[in-house]
Amino acid sequence: MAQSADHVLDHFDLFRGPEYQQMLDNKKMFENPRDPADVERVKEWTKTSEYREKNFAREALTINPAKACQPLGAVFASVGFQGTLPFVHGSQGCVAYYRSHLSRHFKEPSSCVSSSMTEDAAVFGGLNNMIDGLANSYNMYKPKMIAVSTTCMAEVIGDDLNAFIKTSKEKGSVPADFDVPFAHTPAFVGSHVTGYDNALKGILEHFWDGKAGTADKLERKPNRKINLIGGFDGYTVGNLREIKRIFELMGIEYTILADNSEVFDTPTDGEFRMYDGGTTLEDAANALHAKATISMQQWCTEKTLPFIADHGQEVLAFNYPVGVSATDEFLMALSRISGREIPEQLARERGRLVDAMADSSAHIHGKKFAIYGDPDLCHGLATFLLELGAEPTHVLSTNGNKAWDEKMRALFASSPYGHSCHAYPGRDLWHMRSLLFTEPVDFLIGNTYGKYLERDTGTPLIRIGFPIFDRHHHHRSPVWGYQGGMNVLVKILDKIFDEIDKKTNVLGKTDFSFDIIR
Amino acid sequence: MSLATTYSTAQIRVRNKELIEEVLKVYPEKTAKRRAKHLNIHEAGRSDCGVKSNIKSIPGVMTIRGCAYAGSKGVVWGPIKDMVHISHGPVGCGQYSWGSRRNYYVGTTGIDSFVTLQFTSDFQEKDIVFGGDKKLIKVMDEIQELFPLNNGITVQSECPIGLIGDDIEAVSRAKSKEFGGKTIVPVRCEGFRGVSQSLGHHIANDAVRDWIFDKGGPESKPRFEPTPYDVAIIGDYNIGGDAWSSRILLEEIGLRVIAQWSGDGSLAELEATPKAKLNILHCYRSMNYISRHMEEKFGIPWCEYNFFGPAKIAESLRKIAGYFDDKIKEGAERVIEKYQPLVNAVIAKYRPRLEGKTVMLFVGGLRPRHVIGAYEDLGMEVVGTGYEFGHNDDYQRTAQHYVKDSTLIYDDVNGYEFERFVEKIQPDLVGSGIKEKYVFQKMGVPFRQMHSWDYSGPYHGYDGFPIFARDMDMAVNSPIWKKLKAPWKDVPRPQLLAAE
Repeated sequence: MAQSADHVLDHFDLFRGPEYQQMLDNKKMFENPRDPADVERVKEWTKTSEYREKNFAREALTINPAKACQPLGAVFASVGFQGTLPFVHGSQGCVAYYRSHLSRHFKEPSSCVSSSMTEDAAVFGGLNNMIDGLANSYNMYKPKMIAVSTTCMAEVIGDDLNAFIKTSKEKGSVPADFDVPFAHTPAFVGSHVTGYDNALKGILEHFWDGKAGTADKLERKPNRKINLIGGFDGYTVGNLREIKRIFELMGIEYTILADNSEVFDTPTDGEFRMYDGGTTLEDAANALHAKATISMQQWCTEKTLPFIADHGQEVLAFNYPVGVSATDEFLMALSRISGREIPEQLARERGRLVDAMADSSAHIHGKKFAIYGDPDLCHGLATFLLELGAEPTHVLSTNGNKAWDEKMRALFASSPYGHSCHAYPGRDLWHMRSLLFTEPVDFLIGNTYGKYLERDTGTPLIRIGFPIFDRHHHHRSPVWGYQGGMNVLVKILDKIFDEIDKKTNVLGKTDFSFDIIR
Repeated sequence: MSLATTYSTAQIRVRNKELIEEVLKVYPEKTAKRRAKHLNIHEAGRSDCGVKSNIKSIPGVMTIRGCAYAGSKGVVWGPIKDMVHISHGPVGCGQYSWGSRRNYYVGTTGIDSFVTLQFTSDFQEKDIVFGGDKKLIKVMDEIQELFPLNNGITVQSECPIGLIGDDIEAVSRAKSKEFGGKTIVPVRCEGFRGVSQSLGHHIANDAVRDWIFDKGGPESKPRFEPTPYDVAIIGDYNIGGDAWSSRILLEEIGLRVIAQWSGDGSLAELEATPKAKLNILHCYRSMNYISRHMEEKFGIPWCEYNFFGPAKIAESLRKIAGYFDDKIKEGAERVIEKYQPLVNAVIAKYRPRLEGKTVMLFVGGLRPRHVIGAYEDLGMEVVGTGYEFGHNDDYQRTAQHYVKDSTLIYDDVNGYEFERFVEKIQPDLVGSGIKEKYVFQKMGVPFRQMHSWDYSGPYHGYDGFPIFARDMDMAVNSPIWKKLKAPWKDVPRPQLLAAE
C-alpha cells in the first residue's frame, strides 16, 4: 500500500506503483490483447509514407477534426450582446455540450438554454417547445434579448424559426416588441465559424432590417464610428480589450460587435454575473450608421460583411492579424478610415516588438513549424512565422476551404521562407499525424488536442488556438496588436528554450550545452 | 458559517419549504405546476424522496441534462478501449465529448486502443439529403484499413440518423459479414430520444445484449479457465482510475475480476461476463438493465455496492463477500483491517478541518447518494441533493439508505433553482458539474466537480479516500475564499444579479 494520509498520491503517481502495475498486467489475460509484436509493427507502419498515402485517400472518415459545429459559434457570438441569452432550438444535449466546451476553455460560466425537443417534437415539430421555452427563459433569466439558433435536429425536421417566434409572440411568450433575433445554424453545414457568422448576421439583420417585419427598417445616417468584429476567437477576452485600447489611443469612436470579452472574464467577488458587458442593443442598431466595419477574421464573417456592405458601409476583412506587418496594416486601415493619426505610443510598441524579434530571431529563424486551427488563425500565425524567418511547413485547417487554400498559397509565395510550405484545407489531425511523421518539423502550434500529436510524434506543442483545456488563463492575454505579437513571440521562445534545455540536461552526458545564457 | 447547522430540523424544513415556494414564483403558471413535482423536502421514514423524476425537461429553463448520445457514447460505450466508436452524424457531438470524461485506460492509442480518438462521419448537407448509409459503409472500410488491430466497431447515432431513415443495422450486419464476423454494433442513441442521458444508457445496454451476447460464436468463449471467485465490475467508468482502485480491493479479498464495464474495458471482457459468478454493480442507473438481463438469462446474481468512503467500502466488501465462502469473507475482514490505519490517519487529519461543514450535490448516475457516506466519514453533512437523470428507484434508494430528514431534494434542477437554493442555504461546498462550477465559485461558494473529480481522483476505494478528503479540504478551506471582497468594500453576500 503506497497511499498515505501524509503524502497523498495522485492518479499519476498512484497507478505507477508496483501493486497497480502488477494488477494491470494481470488484467491483460481477460482483454484478448493483440500480440505486442503486431502492435509494434502497426505502430511503425502508421509512421510510413505508405500509411500517409492511405490516410490521405480517406473520403468518408474524419479522425480528430479541428472544428466544431455551427451552434457553438452562434452561442459564442450571442453572449457578446448586452443581457443576451442564447436559446438553441432543438435537442437539449447539444446545449449541455456547448456550455461545457466554453466553460472548459474560459474557466468561466457559460449560460445558454435549450428548447429541449424530444421524440414528439421530431414528429410534430418544435413549435410548442419554442412557445414554452421563450416564456420560461424570459421569466426566469430576465434577458434583454434572446438570440435563437438551431441544432441539426430542428434543421432536419425543417422548423421555421421566423414563423415560430412570431407565433410565440402572438401567444404571449415574450412581449411583442421584445428582441428575438434568430439564425438557422445547421451543424451539417460549415463549422463553428459559420455559426458565428450566421448568428451575428441574424442579430444585425434583426435590428437594421425591421425586426422580422415588426418595425420599420432603419435608415442609415452615416457617422464617424467604426465597427469591429472579432470573430470566433479563444483569445476574445485579451484581444478585444487590446483592440479597445488601440481605438482609444487613436481617439476613434467605435462599436465592438459581439463583445463577449467581459462575460467570459467576470470577477470572483461574491456575485455571479450571468450577463456582463456586451454590445448594447442600441449600439447594435446604431452600428448601421458607422462609416465602416472591420472584421478581424474573414472566414467568420463571409455572410455578415456583404450584408453590411449592402447597407452602404465600407467593409474590410483581416485574417487574424498577428505580428508586425499584419498589425501595421490593421492600424493603417484604421487610420485611413478614421482620419486619425497612429499615435507615437503605438509606434513605440511596434518598435519594442521589432526589438524583441531582433533580439531573439536567431533562435526561430529557419525552424520548421506545423500549424493547425481555424482558417484565419492559421493565416495570422503563418504570417508572423514568415516574418520571423521561420517556415510554416504544414498549415492545416479542417474548416478551411479552397479559397483559404489559395490565400495560403499566395502568402507562402510572398516570402522566401514560404517556398516549401503547404496548406491543407479540410484535413484533420490524423492527417497531421502522418505529415509530422513523414515530413517532420521542429514545433507544432495548435490547441489542446495537439498534445496527442506531441505524444505520438515527439513534436513539441505550442498551445495557441481553441480550445485550450489543459493550460489556464492564456485567453486573458491578447495575441493581437504589437503587444499581442510580443505574447506570441514569448510563448514560442519559451518552448524553444525549454526544448534546448531538455535536450542538454543529462548530467555528464549532454550538459556541456546546458548554457546559462541563451 | 453554515446556516444549516445552527437550526433545528423543523426550522430547516420550514426554510426549505419557503425556499421551494419562492423559486416556483418565477415561473409561468404551467411551468410552476410542473416544476413543483420535482422539488421536495425529504421526510424520514418515507420510501422515496417524494419527487417526480425521469420526465421531460421543460424548454427554456436551462436544464443541466444531456442526451441519449451522451449516455451511450459518452458513458457506456466510449470507454470500451479496443473498439472504434463512430460518432455518426455531424461533427459537434463527437467533438464536445472528445476525451473529456477521463475514462482512464491502458493501451497504445491509435493502434490497439481508441478511447481518446474522435471518429466521426462528419455529416454534410448531402448526407442528410441522400442518406448516410453509403458514407457509413465507407467509414467502416477506412477504419478497417487504417486501424487493422481494432477489435470491433460501434455506430453511435446522432440526431439526424433516426430522422432521415438510415438503416445502420443493415449496414452493420453486412459489414460484419464482409469483415469475417467482426463485431459491429449499431446503437440508436439519437439525442432526441428520451428525456436525458438515461435512455442512452438503456439503449447502449440493450445493444450489448443484442449485438454482443446474442451474437455468440466461437470468439465469445472465454480464453481462461473459470474459477468460483470470478466477478465482473459493472458500472464503473474508471474516471481518474476509479475502477482500478476498486479492482485492487476485490482481488485482495480473493476474488478474480474477469471484466470491467466499461472503464478500461475491452470487447473480450464484455463477451466473457456471462461466465461471472456475481456481477457487482456500482452505477445502478446506467447498467442495471444489463445486470438484470444477465440474471434472467444466465442466472448470474448481481449486487449493488458503494466504494466511496471507508464506512461504505467496508459495508460493501462484506456484502460482496457474503456471496462467497469463508475464504472470501475472511479476505474481506483482512482487507478492511489492513486499510484501517490509513483510514484512521485520513480521518484524524481531515475530519477536524471538515467537521460540521455542509454540502449540496447535484450530479448524475449514482453519485447524488453514493458519495454521501464519504462526506459523513469526514463529519460533513449533505443538506441538499438531486439527480440529473435519476428514476424513482434512485430516489427510493436515496430515501431508504442515505439522506437525512429535511434534506432538500431537487430533481433535474435548472440553473435558476440551483443558484437560488445555494444562495439561501449557503452550504460550505457544492458538488456538481463543469457548467455549475464557475457560477458558484463566483458567488464565493467552494466547489468540486463531481463528474470528472475536477481532474483529480480516483475517489473509489481505500486509495481514493485520501484523495477525496484532501480535495474536499482544499476546496472548503482554501484561503482564496477570504479574498472575495476588496478590503475597502463591504462584507460579501452571494447575490444573483440575473434573477433580480
